Amino acid sequence: MASGKEIRTKILSVQNTRKITKAMEMVAASKMRKAQERMKAARPYGDKIRRIAANLSRANSEYKHPFLVKNDKVANAGLIVITTDKGLCGGLNTNVLRLALGRIKDWDAAGVKNVSVGCVGNKGLGFMQRLGANVVSKVTGLGDTPHLEKLIGPVKVLLDAFSAGELDVVFIAYTRFVNTMKQEPVLEQLLPLSGEQLQDEQAHSWDYLYEPDSKAVVDELLVRYVEALVYQSVAENMASEQSARMVAMKAASDNAGTVIKDLQLIYNKTRQAAITKEIAEIVGGAAAV
Amino acid sequence: MAMTIHVDVVSAEESIYSGLAEFVVLPGEAGELGILPGHMPLMTRIKAGTVRLKLPNQDAEELFFVAGGMLEVQPNRVTVLADTAIRGKDLDEAKALDAKKRAEEAMASRSSEMDYVRAQAELAEAIAQLSAIQKLRRRSH
Repeated sequence: MASGKEIRTKILSVQNTRKITKAMEMVAASKMRKAQERMKAARPYGDKIRRIAANLSRANSEYKHPFLVKNDKVANAGLIVITTDKGLCGGLNTNVLRLALGRIKDWDAAGVKNVSVGCVGNKGLGFMQRLGANVVSKVTGLGDTPHLEKLIGPVKVLLDAFSAGELDVVFIAYTRFVNTMKQEPVLEQLLPLSGEQLQDEQAHSWDYLYEPDSKAVVDELLVRYVEALVYQSVAENMASEQSARMVAMKAASDNAGTVIKDLQLIYNKTRQAAITKEIAEIVGGAAAV
Repeated sequence: MAMTIHVDVVSAEESIYSGLAEFVVLPGEAGELGILPGHMPLMTRIKAGTVRLKLPNQDAEELFFVAGGMLEVQPNRVTVLADTAIRGKDLDEAKALDAKKRAEEAMASRSSEMDYVRAQAELAEAIAQLSAIQKLRRRSH
């Protein structure tokens, strides 16, 4: 049995670990609230731009944007993978990467030759690199606040490739925030924009006046629409990250507590045993004299 | 009462203003635009500048700065999709190139073939670890 001192050191070290996980839990809890607010703040823009895009796609414009044209045959595919920069958030990244990997495998089986990957977040980038995927753009170190400015470049790389016909389809994988206890990995088609996304009940067919011309306006609007979708995904992913981390760290703190309790019990038992032994020796010695 | 029009000013990161106004002035691409209720449907880009709103029953005007964006006008509704960053074709291009370059640098060390087996093993291991931890946790309670 381990000596008293060894167990004491062990208890101290687990206590220190618990302090850290407890602190991380509290930090994640406070960041989570902000991340959720940001996620909600991004919704109005997404709703508005979707409504306008729906109006536009219905308005009889002579110009059909490449983002709206469906390709039946998929030969080259793009995938945007949104993960976190840091770990210690449970199975969050693992689950979304598993989903992405499954998609890539399916494509491979269906004869898609090239899969271009855009990575948002360190974890996904590391995984895709190890996997040997063709990473065409990346952004890491987003911090706690998603900024659209940082996403424009990496998203544009894939949008440009799609517009140029180098990609036939673009998917996005991220973790959707359901509630604090539940986050689910999702894989959605980003491009070409599907008709259902642009459905609107209050259908009005506006014949817009375009300034300078319809092509320039539609181009710019749809790029912004796609960016807004990506931004929303990143915001959801960040809210998911913080809640997943909070839950994971709470579990870690609880586990540390259990370990400490067990170790304390062992320590007390050894101490008791040592004392009993000493008394027995003294009594034995006294009897011998 | 004067006629009013519903105005929404939103950016990707937040909702800036939503409410009624009598008159809206925006920095359109081709020049300053003044929108009154009943304006015909219009869709245009706006430049960086100030959006001015004349609110009903108020003398003071509401002012917002926008870094550019899009404007949609319907007869009873004005939507301003404001950009949070200064945009431009060259600027966006530079950002895209930057993202590409960094990805290429990161990819310099990659292996040539897609290694599904290894990647799958890696994920399976991570998931097994997680479920083992969960089981341990359940048992200890």
